[in-house]
Amino acid sequence: MNIRIPRAIAIAALAALPAAAQADVKIGFLGTFSGPAAALGQDQYDGFMLAVEQNGGKLGGTAVQVVKEDDQLKPDLGVQLVQKLLEKDKVDLVTGVTFSNVMMAVAKPLAESGVLFVGSNAGPAPLAGKQCSANFFFTSFQNDNQAEVLGQYATDRKYAKMMLLAPNYQSGRDQVAGFKRFFKGGTVVAEVYAQLNQPDFSAEIAQIQAAQPDAIFAFFPGGMGVNFVKQMNQAGLLHKLPVLTVSTVDGTTLPALKDTALGVLAGAAWGPDLPNAANKAFVAAFEQKHKRIPSQYAAQGYNAALAINSALAKTGGSTADKAATRAAMRSAGFNAVVGGFKFNTNGFPIQDQHVFEVAKDAQGRVSLKTIATPLPALRDAYVGECPLK
Amino acid sequence: MSGTAPNPSAAREAGPGASRWRAGATAALMAVGVAVPIYAALTGDTYLVALASRILVYALAAVGLNLALGFGGMVSFGHAMYLGLGAYAVLLLGASGVTNGWLQLAILVIVVGVVAAVVGTISLRTRGIAFIMITLAFAQLFYFLFVSLKAWGGDEGMSLPQPSSFGPFTGNRTALYFALLATLAAALAGTHRLVGSRFGLVLRATRVNERRVRALGTAPLPYRLAAYVLSALLCALAGFFLANLTGFVSPAYLAWTVSGELIVMVVLGGAGTVVGPVAGAVGLLVLEEGLKALTEHWMAILGPLIVLMVVLLRNGLWSLLPGGVTNEARR
Amino acid sequence: MSPAFLLTQVLNGVQFGLLLFLMAAGLTLVFGIMNFVNLAHGSLYMVGAYVAALTYGRTGSFALALVAAVVGVFVLGIVLDRLGFAALHRRDHLDQVLATFGVVLFANEAMRMLFGSAPLYMDAPAALSQPVVIAGFNYPAYRGAIIVAGLLVAVGLHLLIERTRLGMLIRAGASNRDMVSALGVNVGWLARLVFALGAALAGFAGAMVGPILSIQPGMGEPVLILTLVVIVVGGIGSIRGALFGALIVGIVDTLGRGVLPGLLHLVLSPSLASAAGPALASVGVYLLMAAVLAFKPDGLFPVRHS
Repeated sequence: MNIRIPRAIAIAALAALPAAAQADVKIGFLGTFSGPAAALGQDQYDGFMLAVEQNGGKLGGTAVQVVKEDDQLKPDLGVQLVQKLLEKDKVDLVTGVTFSNVMMAVAKPLAESGVLFVGSNAGPAPLAGKQCSANFFFTSFQNDNQAEVLGQYATDRKYAKMMLLAPNYQSGRDQVAGFKRFFKGGTVVAEVYAQLNQPDFSAEIAQIQAAQPDAIFAFFPGGMGVNFVKQMNQAGLLHKLPVLTVSTVDGTTLPALKDTALGVLAGAAWGPDLPNAANKAFVAAFEQKHKRIPSQYAAQGYNAALAINSALAKTGGSTADKAATRAAMRSAGFNAVVGGFKFNTNGFPIQDQHVFEVAKDAQGRVSLKTIATPLPALRDAYVGECPLK
Repeated sequence: MSGTAPNPSAAREAGPGASRWRAGATAALMAVGVAVPIYAALTGDTYLVALASRILVYALAAVGLNLALGFGGMVSFGHAMYLGLGAYAVLLLGASGVTNGWLQLAILVIVVGVVAAVVGTISLRTRGIAFIMITLAFAQLFYFLFVSLKAWGGDEGMSLPQPSSFGPFTGNRTALYFALLATLAAALAGTHRLVGSRFGLVLRATRVNERRVRALGTAPLPYRLAAYVLSALLCALAGFFLANLTGFVSPAYLAWTVSGELIVMVVLGGAGTVVGPVAGAVGLLVLEEGLKALTEHWMAILGPLIVLMVVLLRNGLWSLLPGGVTNEARR
Repeated sequence: MSPAFLLTQVLNGVQFGLLLFLMAAGLTLVFGIMNFVNLAHGSLYMVGAYVAALTYGRTGSFALALVAAVVGVFVLGIVLDRLGFAALHRRDHLDQVLATFGVVLFANEAMRMLFGSAPLYMDAPAALSQPVVIAGFNYPAYRGAIIVAGLLVAVGLHLLIERTRLGMLIRAGASNRDMVSALGVNVGWLARLVFALGAALAGFAGAMVGPILSIQPGMGEPVLILTLVVIVVGGIGSIRGALFGALIVGIVDTLGRGVLPGLLHLVLSPSLASAAGPALASVGVYLLMAAVLAFKPDGLFPVRHS
């Protein structure tokens, strides 16, 4: 992993290259690149830059310059950096944004600026509903989507008793609500909210044993997920009942879990084994460059670059006419790595949502394997509240 | 503004010649403060005003913390809590129909004053490391309270329905900037007067030797508590500006790391000097920006710099200026 | 809510408490004898976990991983003390907090530069990877090992401090450092040894949690804050205080999360209970600390200073 520094320099050099070749379009990339949660932002950026690189430093036939900013997971700093990108760097587009709290903070200044925004991770509910903006597009998901597909999966499998676990914060409660929206026919025997960034899950695991559900749904992002899966395994529960998870086993945590996580299920729109041609090319190129299996965050970043590529190609590389750029983006026809992909009227994706199982891939590495697609072409639940047509 | 006020404590400073350096530096800082928006307007670099506003917010909070930490010797590890309370006051009042900025400020002063008085009364029963920890505990209590307030955005925070209303200046970023600058100047002038007064004398004495103050027939607690509450109010005021500046309020404003950064600013600039914390806030935030431009691993540089600061720069940036006030609490 | 369930949760609380004790014991010794607030104690714990995970990955021996973590962090403790921590002992708390805060920033970023942002892999040794059944509940055998390790350390420290000459000096140093120095004991040497001992305990704690927690940059801080709570509740400088403080915090935290929500459902409306339960649980230990300090500012088991 000590290839990091040379790689960072390589990326910086790459970003600087198009600038030297007189960039026509400036793109601001806001993400979380420092602190414990940096892995997600880094993957979004790596995915995005891979597409730029594959196109020879151009998107839509126009040279692009990417200005990278680190929000440190601080909402107030995010607002300031968006002002910097818009007013000092005078970027034509903004992309990235890793976490929902930063997204909510920058939403207002971004929407008011009229500059196009292509989000590649955070997709909080208010921005899909009442606070939606014609300038916002998301290549990731609406936050609830990945829980919704697991709710449908639990319904399909006729689980009678479900137990739901999440950290006690807004995203956690949204995930539980998303699961319940599609879970029909059974009962939720308990909802357990753990403390944010809590290290020890023994109290929750004892509650699981007391409630004796048919399956559990868990949303524990990042390090919490690693803790939870390890401790479930040691309690002998991981293989005793189905464990349906969101953001808990993914490209950023599987290297730390390895065989421990085998058999855990995950809901997502993307996995490395999706059979479409665009995805095969993306996974091969990413693995060759970064020597690791891409995560969904890298795929979302890559998709954002593809969307911008296709929109800029339609406008001839110009973002001067905002309405035309918006229209070009909305009708963006690109081969997303998730297979079929369309923007809904609120700018959020309409895409298949799958269930994956942690399993060994052809090379014997622990990865994600598609096992079901319970919700094809899923639209988010909030689009009805969005006045955009 | 610090050179003219009568200063009973001037005796311990080196002399008029030396303190002129500090007055000059203060004037220079203020001149830069006034020049920023003019320069921005001339060059069209409006981002500069946004950056400078954020620095001023933290400078104001640091000046507030300094009152407790620098002059009173109360090492509070929880002052981000008051920054957050000030910011949430704008959101909660604005959403419930109280949009008038002056009215918001009045309510904020009363509510935060009461909270700080209660928290301070309990916390000041403890000394040393226990005080550091109990202030951290109260800040964590409020942090988790706001995280669990779903109606106000929970951990994701919430955009202000509208900025605080100040007639024609509502929502004007340049007006906000000058209001911040004026508030900071007033806070500095107020601190200067306060420190030189009998109140300040007793407060500084309690920091050095509480027993002796007691022996002289003065109860230290009211002085310490008053300084603590005043310091909290200045932080809440900074929070009021922060909410209006970003148009957004989130529990991240109350995180314990923010309390830590405020302490770094105070000490970097010079705890127990009037203007030092401003220099500290400018120094730390500009340093962060600079390091981030160098490398994504900027924290690996910032960390050792903080250690070096503690080891080498014991009395802060401000003490580099001739004028020689040393902080007598630091043995 | 069956008695077996309650029993299991109390056991969980005890286990979590003993884990916190491993951290708290070292920190409280350093506090007590040197009056030194070391926020980087969490970083030592993180380094212990990294060393253990890497050694385990290379050699496949869990015992070797434990030894490597303890010895490695003990040596690191001596080096850190020599490099400048010793100079901080004579500074005030504020300087100590700041300087060690700087060390925390550096340590986290250094780990990220060396090993990346993604967590490291480490599993429990095969012999302890299966659960045992207690009163109908699966209990991980590895957690049993943590309980045993915590109790052994508690007994070992008790013997060291009450029965040995070194322990006598530590006790004396905690209550009156100048007096010990005046009696001709090299306090600098004593302090360095105690600091390294505390560091080794943090490294041991890090190695022990490797199989149950995510090994990643920043893993030390959530545990550090709880450890500070433990020490302040227990009384600074007291091993006995650290043990009881750790057990109280562990049990309050675990029961707050595992039992309180169920209890609230019995007395409150469902919506109110599901909102109040987690909120109360997350502030439980802080409420506890504020309450203890408000009534007993020196903690529950204060060391008597002469």
